[in-house]
Amino acid sequence: MSTTQAQGPVAGAADYLDQRTGIATAVKGFARKIFPDHWSFLLGEIALYSFVVLLISGVFLTMFFVPSMGLVEYTGPIASMNGQLVSEAFASTMKLSFEVRGGLLMRQIHHWAALLFMASIVTHMMRVFFTGAFRKPRELNWMVGFILMILGLAAGFTGYSLPDDVLSGNGLRITDGVIKAIPLIGAYMSYMVFGGEFPGADIIPRLFTMHILVVPALILALVGLHLLFVVLHKHTQYPGGGRTDKNVVGFPLFPVYVAKAGGFFFIVFGVIAFMGATMAINNVWNYGPYDPSPVSAGAQPDWYMLFLEGSLRLMPGQTEYVIGGYTLSLNVLIPAVVVPGLLFTFLAIYPFLEAAVTKDKREHHVLDRPRNVPVRTGLGVGFLTAFIILALAGSNDLIATHFSLSINAITWTFRIALFVAPVLAFWITKRICLGLQRKDRELVLHGHETGRIVRFANGEYIEVHKPLNDQERWVRVNYDAHKPLEIEPREDSRGVRRKGFKKDQMLQKLSRFFFEDRIEPVTPAELAAAHSHGEHDQLESHAPAAQLAATDGGAVLSDHTPDDHGHQH
Amino acid sequence: MKALAARRHHRLTPVVLLLLALLVTGGLYAALAPTSASADTAAVDDIAAGEKLFLANCATCHGVDAEGRDEVPSLIGVGSAAVNFQVGTGRMPMQMNGPQAVAKPAQFDQEQTNQLAAYVASLGPGPSTPTAEQVDPALGDISEGAAIFRTNCAMCHNAVGAGGALSEGKFAPSLWETTETHIYEAMLTGPQSMPVFNDATITPEEKRDVIAFLVDQREGSAGGLSLGSLGPVSEGLWIWIIGIGSLIGCAVWIGAKSS
Repeated sequence: MSTTQAQGPVAGAADYLDQRTGIATAVKGFARKIFPDHWSFLLGEIALYSFVVLLISGVFLTMFFVPSMGLVEYTGPIASMNGQLVSEAFASTMKLSFEVRGGLLMRQIHHWAALLFMASIVTHMMRVFFTGAFRKPRELNWMVGFILMILGLAAGFTGYSLPDDVLSGNGLRITDGVIKAIPLIGAYMSYMVFGGEFPGADIIPRLFTMHILVVPALILALVGLHLLFVVLHKHTQYPGGGRTDKNVVGFPLFPVYVAKAGGFFFIVFGVIAFMGATMAINNVWNYGPYDPSPVSAGAQPDWYMLFLEGSLRLMPGQTEYVIGGYTLSLNVLIPAVVVPGLLFTFLAIYPFLEAAVTKDKREHHVLDRPRNVPVRTGLGVGFLTAFIILALAGSNDLIATHFSLSINAITWTFRIALFVAPVLAFWITKRICLGLQRKDRELVLHGHETGRIVRFANGEYIEVHKPLNDQERWVRVNYDAHKPLEIEPREDSRGVRRKGFKKDQMLQKLSRFFFEDRIEPVTPAELAAAHSHGEHDQLESHAPAAQLAATDGGAVLSDHTPDDHGHQH
Repeated sequence: MKALAARRHHRLTPVVLLLLALLVTGGLYAALAPTSASADTAAVDDIAAGEKLFLANCATCHGVDAEGRDEVPSLIGVGSAAVNFQVGTGRMPMQMNGPQAVAKPAQFDQEQTNQLAAYVASLGPGPSTPTAEQVDPALGDISEGAAIFRTNCAMCHNAVGAGGALSEGKFAPSLWETTETHIYEAMLTGPQSMPVFNDATITPEEKRDVIAFLVDQREGSAGGLSLGSLGPVSEGLWIWIIGIGSLIGCAVWIGAKSS
């Protein structure tokens, strides 16, 4: 069979399609689109691929799940549930786990994929945050990503509640409590959500609609928008020689990234399938069918909601007040509404906040090294510290049993740590960043230490420093050290107070917080000065390697005076 | 009957009636009350040996007359079940003061434990060690046991008995290694922080159902590694370690692979 014949039908079909859609241009454009190479750019792909796995496994589960709270008697292979009165949702979850071929595997794949989806979104967000990839023109895409994260939480929450086991019912009960804590309208809202007194008979069908229709449709649409923005903005790249805000250095989509991304999809699918096949997750038959009375020890939400659980566990319970017959449950409102509100608001507005305090209107396509923006990096680490402390507080009972500690002591430690540790983490991170920047400056000005000690004729010892190569230097000197904002005075030349001064003043204060401590990058003038002045510096950075090498390793340079060196180049 | 009716105003009638009432109450109690002190059945030798062991190992805290003192409970009336549980699981003699006495390798063998139990049971009537039939998981109803466990035990011991935390360093231990007899005795006597589930709250049959459920959990659950059966926290831990961990490893590998 000749090659032309083999290509015949394919080429024919492609031509047919192209003549009718003009798709060749698009394919050509995409195939040649350049993407920069870095492992951290694959973190977002993990989220995308686990979402694909979620869709596929989710469709399978939908075939067997019955979203109803009607009661039936369970009969099946699980002895501990036999003959018990359970909801149809629970019974169908049991049935699809034990009586549908491959059902349990699919359920476990679905759940692990959900956990991985959220974990990869968080890791991806951390990468974007710490490298400043959210700066202009990508602020909107950060918002899209942020909303995707919230939708991911919503998808996880609605799915977690569907099997109607004791654990998921406990989660719903907390939700009910949070809704009821909303002043004045809380009770009405709860009746609306649950279609009557908790738990009612409506919540599972409602959550089901949200879980399989509304939330995934929104996620799918926003994933499309998210990726469209990536194509429109082009991908960011890490700093390095030749990489600027006006170019993209990397490889074409076809064949390099098609192969890499395609392969990575199967790796992600493989890891999820491996976990689904070997590690049990959410064994609903352990918890039993939901009934509002029991709560078992170790009742916690999935990890991405654990911070909320921790926030509730840390809050002292005395802050519930009855005012004129109305209950104000600050003990629930603060931990379940105010705390996540603060955390999420910080995430959502951060790009705009930073744009405001830098007044930077330029486009940025080269990423920041985290050390070069110490306050941002510090804030990020502080934020993560608070999040992790809350998540640990949500696991305080397991920490108590596994490390033989008193749960009361743990709770108090976390209560204090929640306020102290993020500040400490911020401060320490900022100092480390500044230290690393100083180290970079030092390195650029003086070069690498070589460990070679040289003695001059006059008896002076110096250590020979090897200058940085161009790539090393580029990475260390190409960054902006923003200065605090300068604002116009309160009154103009005619002594009239101007509008907006107060706001400017606040921005200036914030800007000072961000940029008061900063390490300026080495300027060409400083570099030149370091190379040409001073007896040590000139030798340290420019002692020609060839010349020293000629003296054979550690031998002394006794026949050269420092002055001689100064004239050799 | 007439003769009886004629004497109902006799001045001794109240006394006779009172005696009769006492007799009926006592008789009913003797017939219906849970099997109590097995002191009468235990050999006198055992009690004597048990007393010796008691004086040597337990009297330091519980007192020579087993009456206890501040913060040390009296052992009069705790019955042989409590002794068999506390000594059999190694909780007593207590190793050291702490939030609660922890299980450790038992200090006495079963014979010595029985002797101690016989001695303590002889001090006053109390719940006695269950028979093998009472704790046989094969005779219990697993599903019934699951329901009872869920409403009465799971809030401290976790949904499948993996254990859980209590206040101030106390904890509800895992039940996977506990013997059937000890589980029964724990329910019956309520050691330490545990409430007493007497035979009126949870009948002996129901206790056996709970044991059947717990033993059934030991065979493991479907779905692969149980991850400690601790729920979402351990699942979350593993998604970060294995899921994200291995995928970041792969991402680095793919990124490092020259194109």
